[in-house]
Amino acid sequence: MSALTSPLRPKRSKLLTGVMVLYLLYTIVPLAWLLLSTTKTQDDLLSTPGLWFGKSFAFFSNIKDTLTYNDGIFLRWLGNTVLYVVVGAGGATLLATAAGYGLAKYKFAGRRAVFAVLLGAVAVPGTALAVPTFLMFSNLGLTNTVWAIIIPSLVSPFGLYLMWVYATDAVPGELLEAARIDGAGEVRVFFTVALRLLAPGIVTTLLFAMVSTWNNYFLPLIMLSKPNLYPLTVGLTQWSNQATGVGARPIYNLVVTGSLLTIVPLVVAFLLLQRFWQSGLSAGSVK
Amino acid sequence: MKSQWRRVRQLVVAGTALTALAVVAACGGGSSNDSASGGTTTGSADAVDAALKAGGEITYWSWTPSAQAQVTAFMKQYPNVKVNYVNAGTGNDHYTKLQNAIKAGSGAPDVAQIEYQALPQFALPGSLVDLNQFGFSQYESAYTASTWGAVHAGSGLFGLPQDSGPMALFYNKEVFDKYGIAVPKTWDEYVAAAKKLHAANPKSYITNDSGDAGFTTSMIWQAGGQPFKTDGKNVTINLQDDGSKKWTGMWNQLVQGGLVSNIPGWTDEWFKALGDGTIATLPTGAWMPGVMESSVKAGAGKWAVAPMPTYDGQPATAENGGSTESVIKQSKNPALAAAFVRWLNHDEGVKPFLASGGFPATTADLKDPAFVDKASAYFGGQKINQVLTSAAGQVVKGWSYLPYELYANSIYGDTVGKAYQSKSDLNAGLTAWQEALVKYGNEQGFQVNG
Repeated sequence: MSALTSPLRPKRSKLLTGVMVLYLLYTIVPLAWLLLSTTKTQDDLLSTPGLWFGKSFAFFSNIKDTLTYNDGIFLRWLGNTVLYVVVGAGGATLLATAAGYGLAKYKFAGRRAVFAVLLGAVAVPGTALAVPTFLMFSNLGLTNTVWAIIIPSLVSPFGLYLMWVYATDAVPGELLEAARIDGAGEVRVFFTVALRLLAPGIVTTLLFAMVSTWNNYFLPLIMLSKPNLYPLTVGLTQWSNQATGVGARPIYNLVVTGSLLTIVPLVVAFLLLQRFWQSGLSAGSVK
Repeated sequence: MKSQWRRVRQLVVAGTALTALAVVAACGGGSSNDSASGGTTTGSADAVDAALKAGGEITYWSWTPSAQAQVTAFMKQYPNVKVNYVNAGTGNDHYTKLQNAIKAGSGAPDVAQIEYQALPQFALPGSLVDLNQFGFSQYESAYTASTWGAVHAGSGLFGLPQDSGPMALFYNKEVFDKYGIAVPKTWDEYVAAAKKLHAANPKSYITNDSGDAGFTTSMIWQAGGQPFKTDGKNVTINLQDDGSKKWTGMWNQLVQGGLVSNIPGWTDEWFKALGDGTIATLPTGAWMPGVMESSVKAGAGKWAVAPMPTYDGQPATAENGGSTESVIKQSKNPALAAAFVRWLNHDEGVKPFLASGGFPATTADLKDPAFVDKASAYFGGQKINQVLTSAAGQVVKGWSYLPYELYANSIYGDTVGKAYQSKSDLNAGLTAWQEALVKYGNEQGFQVNG
């Protein structure tokens, strides 16, 4: 066993190393460009090479301008995004965990049907549902409210699928039996026993849900027409589109700086939750 | 840098196209239910003044740079009117939201900015209020003939012109002088200048064009083409009429000869190319100086303005860009909304608009010596408005846009755009565009001949 899984010194392949170096550059260069560009003024952006510093160092003034442009609307967008992520992705994770656990650990009629519907739902991209969702919400009078973003975010078929698969393996039925014999009710079993065992899976689901809610673009684009409710993605696109047509007012330096500020929280979340993420992804891969 | 922006743009375009399709699909039954949701639509000239006196609250969607300042000034003058100003997006984002709100029956603003090219699309299905009922036809003499035509669809008057974009030739004088190129008066001379410039400096191009529907339609307009005709129900499309062929005959030489740069307009790369001499001319609307002064600082002192080259040397130009403000049928207070439109584009609202660098549609401002004879520091002291205001009177008559122009523009890249990419015959691209437009129009319930 240990001989199979211990990291024996693998053979080095020059070809593979080369491919990985190329891949590294491929992923690093856009990030480097973003970082360098945030140090430039609008004029420098248009007059100096992309992958080096400009004539001036405007990093801090860019950040200040980004946060104060249009009466500080960027902070408002940031707050909106955080709200949508916390309530939407948090709620989605909670629902997916409870439902996944239930489907994995209780036997009831219609389980197979739920599974079939779930697989179908995983296959349909959210973007394709955005317009039907819009028409439905519009009939309910919910467009142009935070609910138009939060309610659709609460449903995560992929998260549910992940939690279902994870719960099947991670929570031994015997343990639940033992808890029940000791007199714990079903709710207590879930919150005190199952939830702890599910932690890695929950974090993985949470990260997935966070990333998809944080990056959610198309749904808020069509649901919202009040800039006060925009998340960062839609807001930044609006700034970017300001460079178009009659009366164009390009503010590329603010768009670029805003983009950097937008990805920082995601990077932080990844770094903090990385350990769980890895153990979650490989769950069930080795029996 | 380039690819980043392009991805964002592609996403946006893809998203908009999707929405357009979906919205269209969702209302396949026809658009007769649109007018049902409107408020009262009877009124008169007196009703407008009365509504202004009575006050109230309206919502205004616009991406005009001076919009906030105009709204503030309006509310100062009429404290009993509250205007909720919303910048719902630029161009397609704005239209997507507007279209959705109109289809949904609620959530649309009282007053919205609509570009001339998009006006028929909203006016013909009955989504806008006909301002004739408020006696606004009396303001005809205040506007240029071409913009007054642009705010009409059929016999209806669906807005007052905010600005105009008679086309002129913006050229980089520094580049022209360096390579000994004379300012072209005809398109033949323009093609010759393109060849001379690119031969002298392979990095320099006479202009950029990677396929832009708005530019194409304006150029066909200038050549005397009338490819789109409609009475609201029947549509005729002929993108191979004499004017269209006149333009492709000339522009093909540039595209097929690789003499135009493929830098897409309104990208960071494009703004840069305008400043460093890579792009030597821009045949575009008279609103361009405002954009250049604020966003192409590197070009200061280098650029100049000349009349559009023509095919026969006789003055002729077309409109490119420009918007109107329209009253949406959903408005609960159309008389007050109309009063706001009148203030914006006929009365005190015009001044703050011009101050922000806009180009007027109002004849009084186009004739005002203070405006016409103003020397522009950015353009090396040239009195550019002399060129631009005379262009306003030389717009070729008889143009109209499609009642689904926004959709047409969104598929332009899939049809004509291919001809640009392969540097092949633009006529083939225009024919493919026409076929797609005829098919789409018939599916939408229009009677399309093409």
